[in-house]
Amino acid sequence: MGKATRASFGETLAALGEKHPELVVLDADLGKSTQTGAFMKKYPDRYFEFGIAEQNMIGSAAGMALCGKTPVATSFAAFLITRLETIRVAVSYNRTNVKLAGTHAGIGIGDDGASQMGLEDIGAIRSLPHFTILQPADHRETCQAVEWMIRHKGPVYIRLTRQSMPDVHGDDYTFEVGKCSVLYEPENAPAKVQATIFASGGPVPHALKAAQDLKSRGFAARVVNAGTLMPFDKDAVAAAAEKSQRIVTVEDHNVNGGLGSAVAEILAETGQACRLVRLGLRDFGESGEGEELYEKYGLSADHIAEAAVRNLD
Amino acid sequence: MMATANAERRTDYKDLTRGLRVDIIRMLEKAGSGHPGGSLSIIDILAVLYDKHFQHRPQEPNWPDRDRMVLSKGHACPALYALMAHHGYFPKPQLDTLRKLGSPLQGHPDRMRLPGIEVSTGSLGQGLSIAQGMAMSAKMDAKGYHTWCVLGDGEMQEGQIWEALMSAPKFGLGNLTAILDFNNSQIDGSMEEVMNLNPIADKIRAFHWNVIEFDGHDFEQIEAAILKAKSSKIPSFLIAKTVKGKGVSFMENQIGWHGKAPNKEEADKACEEIRHG
Repeated sequence: MGKATRASFGETLAALGEKHPELVVLDADLGKSTQTGAFMKKYPDRYFEFGIAEQNMIGSAAGMALCGKTPVATSFAAFLITRLETIRVAVSYNRTNVKLAGTHAGIGIGDDGASQMGLEDIGAIRSLPHFTILQPADHRETCQAVEWMIRHKGPVYIRLTRQSMPDVHGDDYTFEVGKCSVLYEPENAPAKVQATIFASGGPVPHALKAAQDLKSRGFAARVVNAGTLMPFDKDAVAAAAEKSQRIVTVEDHNVNGGLGSAVAEILAETGQACRLVRLGLRDFGESGEGEELYEKYGLSADHIAEAAVRNLD
Repeated sequence: MMATANAERRTDYKDLTRGLRVDIIRMLEKAGSGHPGGSLSIIDILAVLYDKHFQHRPQEPNWPDRDRMVLSKGHACPALYALMAHHGYFPKPQLDTLRKLGSPLQGHPDRMRLPGIEVSTGSLGQGLSIAQGMAMSAKMDAKGYHTWCVLGDGEMQEGQIWEALMSAPKFGLGNLTAILDFNNSQIDGSMEEVMNLNPIADKIRAFHWNVIEFDGHDFEQIEAAILKAKSSKIPSFLIAKTVKGKGVSFMENQIGWHGKAPNKEEADKACEEIRHG
């Protein structure tokens, strides 16, 4: 059984309220969806409803941060990123201690359709200095990532799913910012496995399933979860390049600017020779069931497994 | 008795603002670029505000109980820099480094480079939201400081300003004052031609702000408006009727002087006028 990472986020915020009296939460008429209700009920004096006015919410968060608060401003990823200029100046350039939580990441949200799907948020924020970008994969990782984010002094963007995410980390998992977590390492693998699959967010369970499917077909593939997208774990990329015949990245985001780009940049800049296949969106999404959309847009386990083995000439 | 005191004060401000205007002109001349028009229109208001009403400690710029100043119309920073030098935030000769490589006096204010700058601004339309967040923090923490936000009339065309105009009364921010430098002039023409905001006072009143209209170059009126704003229970919006380029005859109401620095000859002429004005 799993839980949507937005739900884990909401629970953790409420739990951290006592230990962090400077923590305040800001919403733009989507608190029910971003799951900030538990915090609101516990700390009504530290919860602010801005209505459907995201840039005003983000700017106010910056002002609060400049006066010692730790504001968490929430909305759908798609609607936060629309206010990029405010994020750029009020948060990044001013180096304010603002935490932006973008829920409803990607096509995984399903029925609501393209305008509600955050697909360019990582790429946009990755171009802003001073930001840390987190995308936890399951409940355990989300709770720890949120706690790290509240303790950390500096701008953070955390990207969260609408859909439920199965547990992929064990009880002993410790989230470390800037570090990927290896979710699956094949036993008795050859010197170079067929592929290392880097996944982040929604498609993480699909990457694990792909590795199992590949195993049953006689292929060995590693699965690595990227819980931090900026700064990116260079060691994890180096290890993947060394141990694998190719790297596959899979993300519920446009292929430009996100996980695939981050891995490509590191491979190219470090001169490590390894083929790269990037799975992600190359267009907008549409309405449908999340799983149907993952199948249609190339993020399902079948597509990931195919990307790991298909001829690349 | 009162009249005498006011007369003395008026004389002081006249003298003070003459010096500040000369500083603005000279720093722009040396920089070779920048915005004289909007700096000269706001300087009288800022001079009065900082003289007696603005709570601050220039030697301790991060004093927690200081009033907050958000210069949302960041391009008018020469006015703020001149005042900061006057109040001792940094040595006056540093004004000559405006816009030069490595200078803390950036072309638009930068809080990371110049202590005493509260917020880095320059992207118009954002300041009132940031000021609001500061006022909300003060309210949460039961702090007595006041937050001041200086807006240009051109930037009132940004939608984010109106979002903040909607929300500040909801959050009950009597500790927040916006000051509009209403000089009716922006880069592409007069405010009325480019995108008319009038009737501005009626619009802001309809958003439930304490609206005060006054002459932004009359020291007594400026002082009265500031005092009314500080005692208000709801957020105040000061509409200061001003003249762009005020104090220099060839710059007054001339749109061409929005973002152009005077050369040596023009600066000499301007300073001569200011000294005898």
